[in-house]
Amino acid sequence: MKSLRLLATSIAITTAMSSAAFAQTTLTMWYHGAGNEVESSIVNQIISDFNASQSDWVVEMQSFPQAAYNDSVVAGALAGNLPDILDVDGPVMPNWAWSGYMQPLQIDEAKIANYLPGTKGVWNGELYSIGLWDAAISLVTRQSYLDELGLRTPTLAEPWTGEEFMDALAKAKASGNFDYALDLGTAWTGEWYPYAFSPFLQSFGGDIIDRSTYTSAEGVLNGDAAVAFGNWWQGLFEDGYAQATQDPADRDNGFNSGKYAFSWNGNWAALGTLDAYDDVLFLPAPDFGNGSKIGAASWQFGVSAASEHPEGASAFIEFALQDKYLAEFSNGIGLIPATASAAAMTENYKEGGPLAVFFDLSEAQALVRPVTPGYVVAAKVFEKALADIANGADVQDALDSAVDEIDADVAKNDNYGF
Amino acid sequence: MASKFTRSNSTGWLMAGPAAVLMGLFIVLPFLFAIGLSFTNQRLISPNPTQFVGLSNYSQLLGVGLLTLEPERNEAGDVVRAEDGAVSYPALRGYTRNNPDYPQLDGMREWFSFSLGESRTYVLARDVVFAKAVVNTIIFVLVVAPVQGGLALVLALLINQKLRGINVFRAIYFMPVVVSIVVVSLLWRFIYDGQSGLLNNLLSALTFGAFPRIDWLGNPSTALGAIIAMSIWQAVGFHMVIWLSGLQTISPSLYEAAAIEGASKWQTFRYVTWPGLRNTAVLVLIVITMQAFALFAQIDVMTSGGPLDSTQTIVFQAVERGYGKQDISGGSTISVILFVFVLAISLLQRWLTREKK
Amino acid sequence: MAQLSADNHGLRLVVRYTVLGLIALIFVFPLVFMLMSSLKPDAQLLSDTRSLRAFLPVGDISLDNYFDAFRRAPVGLFIFNSVIVTGVTVVLTLFICSAAAFAFVFVDWRGRDLVLTLILATLIVPFETIAIPLLLIASKLPWLGFDGLTYGWLNSYQVQIIPFVADGLTIFLFVQYFKDLPGELIEAARVEGASWWQVYRRVVIPLAGPVLATAAILKFLVMYNQYLWPLMVVQEERYRPVMVGLQYFFQLNRAWGEIMAYLSLITVPVLAFYLFLQRAFIASIASTGVKG
Repeated sequence: MKSLRLLATSIAITTAMSSAAFAQTTLTMWYHGAGNEVESSIVNQIISDFNASQSDWVVEMQSFPQAAYNDSVVAGALAGNLPDILDVDGPVMPNWAWSGYMQPLQIDEAKIANYLPGTKGVWNGELYSIGLWDAAISLVTRQSYLDELGLRTPTLAEPWTGEEFMDALAKAKASGNFDYALDLGTAWTGEWYPYAFSPFLQSFGGDIIDRSTYTSAEGVLNGDAAVAFGNWWQGLFEDGYAQATQDPADRDNGFNSGKYAFSWNGNWAALGTLDAYDDVLFLPAPDFGNGSKIGAASWQFGVSAASEHPEGASAFIEFALQDKYLAEFSNGIGLIPATASAAAMTENYKEGGPLAVFFDLSEAQALVRPVTPGYVVAAKVFEKALADIANGADVQDALDSAVDEIDADVAKNDNYGF
Repeated sequence: MASKFTRSNSTGWLMAGPAAVLMGLFIVLPFLFAIGLSFTNQRLISPNPTQFVGLSNYSQLLGVGLLTLEPERNEAGDVVRAEDGAVSYPALRGYTRNNPDYPQLDGMREWFSFSLGESRTYVLARDVVFAKAVVNTIIFVLVVAPVQGGLALVLALLINQKLRGINVFRAIYFMPVVVSIVVVSLLWRFIYDGQSGLLNNLLSALTFGAFPRIDWLGNPSTALGAIIAMSIWQAVGFHMVIWLSGLQTISPSLYEAAAIEGASKWQTFRYVTWPGLRNTAVLVLIVITMQAFALFAQIDVMTSGGPLDSTQTIVFQAVERGYGKQDISGGSTISVILFVFVLAISLLQRWLTREKK
Repeated sequence: MAQLSADNHGLRLVVRYTVLGLIALIFVFPLVFMLMSSLKPDAQLLSDTRSLRAFLPVGDISLDNYFDAFRRAPVGLFIFNSVIVTGVTVVLTLFICSAAAFAFVFVDWRGRDLVLTLILATLIVPFETIAIPLLLIASKLPWLGFDGLTYGWLNSYQVQIIPFVADGLTIFLFVQYFKDLPGELIEAARVEGASWWQVYRRVVIPLAGPVLATAAILKFLVMYNQYLWPLMVVQEERYRPVMVGLQYFFQLNRAWGEIMAYLSLITVPVLAFYLFLQRAFIASIASTGVKG
């Protein structure tokens, strides 16, 4: 009898243990960090911590190079081969959500209450993605340049007006010390153009698409404010303040080697500049009449629609929302941590830290790119319009045809559900 | 010549079968699929159901229109002129947007225009960028096919000598083909740089500073030429190798006979070499033409179709539309148009170069 | 033995070599630029591009970029994958396409002209056009492997190989070359009772050295430089080829030196293969009994 009971108990225990082992489900995850050692190591750290902290889920990550990531996801979606967890670039998320690649997150919303608005990916009233950091842009220059040229140092409360900014550029050009007054980064074709330059358009009073309806760009992209922006934009190149075609090497290295007086660049490049000079200033964007604006929203985590374990995927994402990870990312790649409490833990964004100004900039001036599935097309159209205007095309014509194309695309897609 | 020694259905199908099946499954079938897509409004992925739209994609791409406008006149009946003396015409947009009198012009933009007397004739296109892409591609083909093919032949003849170390030169001339397009484009971007690029430096040195510095890739009139030069440089080694393999089939005894008869270099080329290269010439011509029509990689990496659409090409538009703007049906339509166009041209080429029996 | 140019007079020789050499300079400088740049630190690399220093091994030369490149990406794995995919494709292509071309040129069979025309028509179809439909097909095809019957070819070697084994360009290359071969040899062999396969193996292939080498190197180049297709069908790192791996180096803060080092490394297999084939480009005319 006793041996039978022992046998039964041991069988029961073994079964219980193996079913616990079976209960560990694998979640696949795609991340865009291949080739970026710092980001990859932090993400791997989060994954191993998560795997160790509980026994229901095991996350496995597949790394992709950033430049190829979006195409890989689209191809994966076509082939029916998406992972459970994926990360998505903020402005692209509405398109993926509408296309049916993603499902809403199942996380405790209280945890993200303090997060910067740009880090939350909301579409159709639901939270689809959440980011651990945000990215911001500023006008980079050196205190010594401002002093030499006799310029006032703008502050967050009192940024330069449009006239002051043009005056600064004119003085920089006249001094003869620089190849060009302004480094806009025209070498970085792609998403940089709408991200970096639509804030100027918005500061003039225009926009890529009418955000009250999201069904047309008429009047906002080709109205008076937009044409004023277009003329200003064309003037930058015609008057020789900036280059319409730029060497990628100049973009990466130009400001740090003294070619430019001002550089319009993001905080991911800030660490390099801090190394090059010791009197670097990160100035707010100039105000062209409608307030200073900068872009927002970077990479965010989400759950794919085809995932069979959305609760596990969401559990992982919720786990990653800890201040210590936010701080690690920020220290590693130089981007803004999503909460103020995490910022206090970082080297660069704590009170008085060299990049702390970005946190305030982001809070005060950030405007996300238009939240619509049509953004993918609108961004490309806008980029082309900017490039054409920079190369000398007629401003009104270029903007008109951009509006026509955006409107046509929206109509073709049944207004993207609006 | 069909005799029982050459006729064999089973062998024919057996030997060509694998190739035919593979190509049928992996090239013909997808292409038929793409043709089908061009008649729909399929997006890359979207929740909206796909609808059959007939030929509307085609008319969207190929639609052209003509409009002749009279100049604006003020109340006295005189022609209104702008500040620089140019004659002022009514805005085109008034006719092409929501104008009930001109429904066929709706949505078109100006492609180019010319003046006949006082009135101005506008040639409109529904998709101006595509129209420019077609023109650019044709220019590219017309320039590259003879130049690249001819240069490759010259190089092949040069390499076909019995000199010591000629193999080293053959290997070097092939180098650009081997090196990745990334390096090639990076390098040529440095060469073409408007400020301190090597080309500008060279021209400046040669003309003692008289030649102005040109932004080769940023200037709409020079960008396409710059791309052409770079493409020829990169691919000429490829075709040199093809010409070489054709040159090898010419029997040396023919050259001996020509030498014995005292033929000059030119006569040797014309009567011995060139006839023997006939089949290779057809191959090179057709291949260069096909590859020229498919111009994409250099544009994608270097100019993205700019500046001002001067380097737009058909395949680049197809890719941008199909992948970039997620309009896979539009991209497929462009591909079908390209296919029909090139098929027509190649049939013409074949007819022109047919062997006269 | 006829010499195509029998001039060995001194001056003529110098002129010839000079001309060849000057042309060679025009063609070789990207390789030199790439190699020199791979040895320099980033800042110097970028500033050197302004002048002829770009082609000279001056300044701070070291192999650091190579070590860094290996740290950033599994370079060896990528090269291995590319060599496997490319090598297998080339071998299969040579066999299948030359056999098909043989059938088109020397054998008379029903449907020959139609099939040949169709195959040549595919030359016009650029790959980007059919990539998406091909992706859909590839994700549904069955495969008999070690795990038995599975569906979907994604994330494998076969998906990178099999769709590209037969292509119109290679077949066209072989067809035009075979047309130039003397038909009398084939006739003679057939009269003596050789089967078609024997004619193919014993008569045609030995004569086809140059075109086999040409087709091999051209196919190698196309397969080795593939980017779009592997991007779409390979999602796991262990099957990635070199051109997708190149994207690892184009992160936000680009390391140009490492990019040059990586490119130098991945050019090695192609160069090696080309040099290996060099000898085959030259037909051994003397020993093949080609009629005069």
